[in-house]
Amino acid sequence: MKFGVVVFPGSNCDRDVAWVTQGLLGQPTFYLWHRETDLQGVDVVILPGGFSYGDYLRCGALARSAPILRAVVEHAHKGGYVLGICNGFQILTEVGLLPGALVRNRNLHFICDRVPVRVERNDLIWTQNYTQHQVIPLPIAHGEGCYYADRDTLQHLEENQQVVWRYTDNPNGSLGDIAGICNRQGNVLGMMPHPERAADADLGSTDGLPLFTGLIASHTYA
Amino acid sequence: MSAAPAKREGLTPQEYELVCQKLGREPNGAELGMFGVMWSEHCCYKHSRPLLKQFPTQGERILVGPGENAGVVQVSEDIAVCFKIESHNRPSAVEPFQGAATGVGGILRDILTMGARPIAILNSLRFGDPQDPWVKSRMQGVVAGIAHYGNCVGVPTVGGEVYFDPVYNRNPLVNAMAIGILPLNQASPVKAAAAGVGNPVLYVGATTGRDGIKGASFASAELSGQSAQNRPAVQVGDPFLEKLLIEACLEAFATGAVVAAQDMGAAGLTCSSSEMAAKGNVGILLDLDRVPARANNLTAYEYLLSESQERMLLVVDKERTAEVKAIFHRWGLAAEVVGEVITEPVLRVLHRGEIAAEVPAKALAEETPVYYQPLPPPPDYIQTCWRWTEEELPPEDRSFATILLSLLATPSIASKQWIYRQYDHQVLNNTVILPGDADATVIRLRSVTNLAHHTHLGLGAAVDGNGRYVYLDPYEGARLAVAEAARNLSCVGATPLAVTDNLNFGSPETAVGYWQLHEACRGIAAACRELGTPVTGGNVSLYNETIDAQGNAQAIYPTPVIGMIGLVEDIRQTVRQGWQKVGDVIYLLGRWDASLAGSEYLASRGLITGRPLAVDMELEKQVQSVCRDLIKQGIVKSAHDCSDGGLAVALAEACISGNLGCRIDLSVLPLSLSSLALLFGESPSRILVSVSPGQEEALINYLQTNLGGHFYPLGTVTDNDRFVITDVLDVSLSQMRDAYYSLHWD
Repeated sequence: MKFGVVVFPGSNCDRDVAWVTQGLLGQPTFYLWHRETDLQGVDVVILPGGFSYGDYLRCGALARSAPILRAVVEHAHKGGYVLGICNGFQILTEVGLLPGALVRNRNLHFICDRVPVRVERNDLIWTQNYTQHQVIPLPIAHGEGCYYADRDTLQHLEENQQVVWRYTDNPNGSLGDIAGICNRQGNVLGMMPHPERAADADLGSTDGLPLFTGLIASHTYA
Repeated sequence: MSAAPAKREGLTPQEYELVCQKLGREPNGAELGMFGVMWSEHCCYKHSRPLLKQFPTQGERILVGPGENAGVVQVSEDIAVCFKIESHNRPSAVEPFQGAATGVGGILRDILTMGARPIAILNSLRFGDPQDPWVKSRMQGVVAGIAHYGNCVGVPTVGGEVYFDPVYNRNPLVNAMAIGILPLNQASPVKAAAAGVGNPVLYVGATTGRDGIKGASFASAELSGQSAQNRPAVQVGDPFLEKLLIEACLEAFATGAVVAAQDMGAAGLTCSSSEMAAKGNVGILLDLDRVPARANNLTAYEYLLSESQERMLLVVDKERTAEVKAIFHRWGLAAEVVGEVITEPVLRVLHRGEIAAEVPAKALAEETPVYYQPLPPPPDYIQTCWRWTEEELPPEDRSFATILLSLLATPSIASKQWIYRQYDHQVLNNTVILPGDADATVIRLRSVTNLAHHTHLGLGAAVDGNGRYVYLDPYEGARLAVAEAARNLSCVGATPLAVTDNLNFGSPETAVGYWQLHEACRGIAAACRELGTPVTGGNVSLYNETIDAQGNAQAIYPTPVIGMIGLVEDIRQTVRQGWQKVGDVIYLLGRWDASLAGSEYLASRGLITGRPLAVDMELEKQVQSVCRDLIKQGIVKSAHDCSDGGLAVALAEACISGNLGCRIDLSVLPLSLSSLALLFGESPSRILVSVSPGQEEALINYLQTNLGGHFYPLGTVTDNDRFVITDVLDVSLSQMRDAYYSLHWD
């Protein structure tokens, strides 16, 4: 399976993701520079964490206009897989691939911690290697991770089972304890927790690894 | 021109004379400004250099020692690490957020300048009484500033230490340490020496403005009520720009087209260009009209002394200038040729078509004043403190359990979770031991850019400096600080390698101040020699004193902060401080005795006195080496340094970290100590370890051979959620947790 990791100026988890997909899992992984327009034939696009363009103005707001984003949106509309982690999730909401927005944490501080999150559905390519309602600790590291949407949007998300990850002990004030959501079709996933930081046994936790192995397995059997 | 403008630049009349001699004429305003910053204590160590000279600096792993932007230590055949600590005390007192943020930015550029990729940040902070609103606002600002910069730049803040004491009330200490990785097969460390007459000087990064003008000489002056007016001397940081600068510089260095690099930190353009020229025995011509500026009508003086952040000066191979510029432009950064290397060994500065300054480079960067001072006699306070004995202690009416809980809630001992939770400590995917889990941090030394680089090699890092001990006994206190840093590394299984030091002291121009500095340096030198950990560089911050409400100058504790790195051959062979399993057996390695002198307990009763127990370095080394060995062999499952708060606090911390209780019997220890000293007394060379019952025999056999009689079985790990010391105290885990996690500064 071919992975593409988008690199904006200010991305800082790009190499961490590539370390997992290529370094640990041996999948060919390409860095996609923000000014490029070609996805180089990758199967999965990952928008990594960081501070794209310094996150000036508003998190993810400037990244929305990057040339590569047009290709990413097109890829998503064609059913291609897109994963946004942390800043990547913020960008997905800014570009309109996912609803809602991520605003300042409830306590106004940046939070770096490991927090329990629950798998709300495991019938997606992203979560098929987890069990339904499994609770796992995942690392978070964000200042603006409080998920916000109007009541109708939240209702739609719930009705359509678009909430994929939910905090069991809400760290940042997210509405509905939402830690991660997908689009209606399920091919676009955005999440604030960092699965790539919990994928390397040498660092103590592999709770995020099934997300990546699930993706790769589905591709192999497809 | 005369002494008055010289004084404004921080130069004495004698120094002004010397400047005139060097130039063969009187300096103009810009030149005088250049001498003022380059000859400040911050840049040239004129008072501390004779003392720093006694530090051991050589070792078989030391590739680069003091005098460069950062030390470089070889850790394996193909990997070296680069590390350094630096203070930003004065800016953080005036504007805590930007002061601390730019402190982080500056130390990261020191690492980058060596050609290394920054992979970790640590910090050592000192604040006054946290109840004081001024202090609280500084603390909030400093922590937010470090978080802002480190998180955005994408380098994990993996460890640190924080102490609180009213002596730091108006003079917080903010020391930031950074570590970089330097794969030796890719390139040798980038040089600081300019070379190749005719090679262009390339200015890269942020534009130049009026911010931070003369920050270095500000840093070498005493703080006063007027310090807020020095706000323009505080720089403003942009971590996003720094992130781009790191990526672009490393890409440029990898081409081999960069001849030399210097960070524009203290004294900006002046320092970077004069140091490059002096080191290379060449000169540099700078044309200020070509320097990218963010403000209109900057004077030559302002250009030369601006400390605008996120700027670097490179000397580039003249045939490959376009190639290097293109890399910076791709990252959206300015890259302008602002001058060239010349034969004549001077820094020649052009502004508006005229020579605005011309100074021999070595006069600025190398032939700086140095002051040898005689050692004053020990000050009176020391004699008084050393006479103190425990008998003088007023009776204690609290129970041992109550004392323990109150110590656990003491800001200097309590969990710093409120702080480190605001720092991204996991980015780069190499953090092995998380903050709060052990006495030192451990990161994996994996190349960040090479996805094929699989390794178990790691690096331990710790920062330590108990200022109270150093105040009470500068020589022994400094040795204790070095010993504790090494012990902290040994407690995770890391073998101490090398030191970077940050000397935070009061004025060296007072007898007490100089005596403290002199004795502490002697202590650091002795301990580093004894432990085989050379000093590879560091930073000196003097004149740390504030005016109290009564108008009296009060110096801070002499606070040398020791940053130490250690080798971890296999990151899978490391341990943390918390108990691991019910039934495990607990041992104390090392000394059994302890003293309340200089202890946290004594401080909690408002007493700063006594003479702390000195370290017996032979025993210390033995205890540490035994601990590392036992960790490598997999015998020991947890290890924790017994330091601030004494044995009772160390045991409690192991319970809290492991989320398990323990039952302890101290009757195995000799009975000559008071219960207070036994529980809360402090001493070096003590490590608490736990082992599974099945390994106890192996442990005893090993210790009998390798540690003489210096070990004591204390008890066992239990699952009843209680910390029990037979006949002494019995506290629940939740009570301890409530106390330990009680600190919030929202």
